[in-house]
Amino acid sequence: MEINKDLIAASSTPIVLAILAEKDSYGYAILKRVKELSGGRMEWTDGMLYPVLHRLERLGHVEARWEAADTGRRRKYYQITPGGRNQLADERRQWQAVDATLHGIWGSLSLSIPADGGLIPQGA
Amino acid sequence: MSTPPQAALLEEQIDQWRSYLRRRQAIHSVDVAELEDHLREQVEGLVAAGLATDEAFLVAVKRMGALDDLSREFAREHSERLWKQLIVVPTDASEPQTARTDTLVAFSLAVCAAAMVKAPSLFGIHLDDPNEAFYLHNVPLFILPFLAGYFAWKRRLDVGILRGLAVVFVVAAVFANVYPWAQAADLKSQGQLFGSTEALSVLHVPMALWFAVGIAYAGARWRQVAGRMDFIRFSGELFIYYVLIALGGGVFTGFTLMIFEAIGINAQPFVQSWLIPCGAAGAVIVASWLVEAKQSVIENMAPVLTRIFTPLFAVMLVTFLGAMLWTGRGVGIKREVLIGFDLLLAMVLALLLYSISARDPRKAPGGFDVVLVVVVIAALLADAVALWAIAARISEFGFSPNRVAALGENVILLVNLAWSAVLYIRFLRRRGSFSDLELWQTGYLPVYAAWAAMVVIVFPPLFRYL
Repeated sequence: MEINKDLIAASSTPIVLAILAEKDSYGYAILKRVKELSGGRMEWTDGMLYPVLHRLERLGHVEARWEAADTGRRRKYYQITPGGRNQLADERRQWQAVDATLHGIWGSLSLSIPADGGLIPQGA
Repeated sequence: MSTPPQAALLEEQIDQWRSYLRRRQAIHSVDVAELEDHLREQVEGLVAAGLATDEAFLVAVKRMGALDDLSREFAREHSERLWKQLIVVPTDASEPQTARTDTLVAFSLAVCAAAMVKAPSLFGIHLDDPNEAFYLHNVPLFILPFLAGYFAWKRRLDVGILRGLAVVFVVAAVFANVYPWAQAADLKSQGQLFGSTEALSVLHVPMALWFAVGIAYAGARWRQVAGRMDFIRFSGELFIYYVLIALGGGVFTGFTLMIFEAIGINAQPFVQSWLIPCGAAGAVIVASWLVEAKQSVIENMAPVLTRIFTPLFAVMLVTFLGAMLWTGRGVGIKREVLIGFDLLLAMVLALLLYSISARDPRKAPGGFDVVLVVVVIAALLADAVALWAIAARISEFGFSPNRVAALGENVILLVNLAWSAVLYIRFLRRRGSFSDLELWQTGYLPVYAAWAAMVVIVFPPLFRYL
């Protein structure tokens, strides 16, 4: 299933912040976690994560530091800041509102539009 | 796991990928490092899952996303990076230490030059003494040796060149000061402050010494076309930067005067005898350092200005020639006319030089080249008319030092531009290469230096220190 670009862009901030709220992490591991959480349904183009991380860093939601990883390479780790946690809480409220709204409307539509994309009955 | 040859191949592929990324302006080298770490981990993961190293690399690169898209995303986030910033102390360069030392050396030398300008005051020679020509003769000698010194340090010049430069500066100092110029008292009676040969010397000492700076600038490459061309580029940029710094300096001076005026302190004496002279001297070195520091960061301005003004000059000169033919007016013969035409030729030469300096020699001739040739030929025609008018009456005017100097410079520029026009037309007709033109221009540089040196050294005795 392909998720459209706007939706991916909009959801990237809460997803990245939430993953960083679990623990400090770096690009590759964040992407792995996204894949895990979405069951492989959310496919981000790897490189696109980094501009997102840089934007969060600029806005002060995360802080970055370079550290030597166990592989011996230098790796850039990101850590959520208190401001980032506030932002995450805010985003969470917004998404919950969107989710609740959609949930309500899915419920009332469930009879006419099946979630698995079947044929729309005539006269719907 | 990967065997050694495969690992080597992977390194090679990653190197190549890295160099592609580095070319993107919006992606800085720290970002490249971050992305590389990602790529390597991705490859390791895929290899562990059973892929061959080269397959894993291809998949990892593909997952990273198309380079253009990636670059666009980075540019959207880091839009400031598209405005090439002059980072004086680079944050991610490999040698921040050198950049800092460079800055330190440049500013120290600027302070030295500024101090040198004030040093003669200790011996009772004051800048604001209107009867004192000492400063006029020696200002370039206070400043340019430090500039040459900066480049000598920067390019690690060998002892041979250093010795040569030292000799040039000493010789210049001698000839700028030893001649028994006509006494001010004699001249005052004629309403002049300085004699002609003295004034010519004052004008030509910096011109001649500028070529010594050129040798220091180009270092070991001063015999090569590329080295000399770089010096031409440097000179143009330095001029523009100096003008910009001077504008800033003007604003600073204005504020200094104004706010001290507000508390009843007259800052005029300080501004006149310290701020302006020291600032103007130090700015030469600081501007040079700026040009050096920014050369790979910011687009050169001189070629941009050239692009804008070449067509305007073409229109103006062609209209001038047309008007002259139409009205049948000759060139009015006044004292300043010849100098005016010298400056016109110098201007056209500058347009030519800075067009050449920014042009890719391998590119086929285009419309702009034609415009440039039109400018050169129109200027040559206009100058020929002026020269004709002057030559016809030169015996009547007599050979004063000023007139000989102006005439000599005119001939030098005329020869340069005439042959440039020939070479350029050959290039347009695809009978010659563009590099012939570069070779001609860079080879001609010593002619200016030799002429300037001659005006300084030979003219005064020749015209009996008039």
